[in-house]
Amino acid sequence: MTTGVTTPAAPASAQALPADWRDFYALTKPGVLRLVIFTGLCGLLAAPGSIHPVIGFTAILAIAMGAGGAAVLNQWWEADIDAKMKRTADRPLPTGRIQRVDARDFGIGLSGASVMIMGVAVGWLAAAILAVSIVYYAVIYTMWLKPRTPQNIVIGGGAGAFPPMIGWVAVTGDVTLMPVLLFAIIFFWTPPHFWALALFVKMDYSNAGIPMMPVVAGEKSTRRQIIAYSALMVPLSVSPWFIGGAGAIYGIAALALTLAFFALSLPVGLRESVEGDAMKPEKRLFAYSIVYLFALFGVLVVDRFAAAQGWIG
Amino acid sequence: MTPQDREEMEKRQKSRNLVLGGTLLFFVVLFYAITIVRIGD
Repeated sequence: MTTGVTTPAAPASAQALPADWRDFYALTKPGVLRLVIFTGLCGLLAAPGSIHPVIGFTAILAIAMGAGGAAVLNQWWEADIDAKMKRTADRPLPTGRIQRVDARDFGIGLSGASVMIMGVAVGWLAAAILAVSIVYYAVIYTMWLKPRTPQNIVIGGGAGAFPPMIGWVAVTGDVTLMPVLLFAIIFFWTPPHFWALALFVKMDYSNAGIPMMPVVAGEKSTRRQIIAYSALMVPLSVSPWFIGGAGAIYGIAALALTLAFFALSLPVGLRESVEGDAMKPEKRLFAYSIVYLFALFGVLVVDRFAAAQGWIG
Repeated sequence: MTPQDREEMEKRQKSRNLVLGGTLLFFVVLFYAITIVRIGD
């Protein structure tokens, strides 16, 4: 298999030395893993029923390993693109600190091990969804959609939406409407989250030839779509309350958090950037979107805990 | 390879071996715990 690209030449000293274990760890995108682990854990804790702590821990470990493996394969495939972007140029592969073949083997090994561990220790339905999420991110998103369509983030956002569903299924053993809604919340959260970032690193994507929405459809269209997705988030985020999957604590908090999200999307959606723009509204929306997801899933767990204690209905 | 490079290489190999050994030990303990829990089911 070939990616049709070559790894940039590494410094002689870097090529002669074996890769440091920290570089392998960096390949798993630890920053993204934090959000994956958190949402997976929230799905697991919010699900009805119980799970032995050791099995629950193993499920979260397998989710993290699967996400890490997919991230490694993503960087293995995109090493040449990463080298062209300021934000990613110092990653282990573009700098030559890790050989490309080592990254590929590490990614395949980590991904395969995660599915096997999930299947053997937790359940094969959760393992199957984990396998789908890895293929979705590493193949469908990274290799197929990202270089071809400005809708890459919209469809590819599904990859990051799987963890709470997998956590839920690890406990219940089946897929119901509630984990599908948790999936949908992250799915529709991803475009405004990522496009806010893409707006202030537009030049990076342009230089790397990636058809991100601001590069292809232009800023105006991207900004309008950010508002549209943020508006859609309002009913979607409170839908677990409507179907009875969550209580009033979650419903009220979700409404407040998502209205704030929508309010922050308005200045982004209704303006145009100028030369030398500091892009403050975009940076604010991007930062809030991360806090938002942590808070939304955190409050879901609090709500379910309160319900289990009999404090709310 | 200069003496500094050799020293750096040995340092990296040692730290990689330690991390790999620790990871293997972790999985041995984890699978032991999973087995005990599953037998209890």
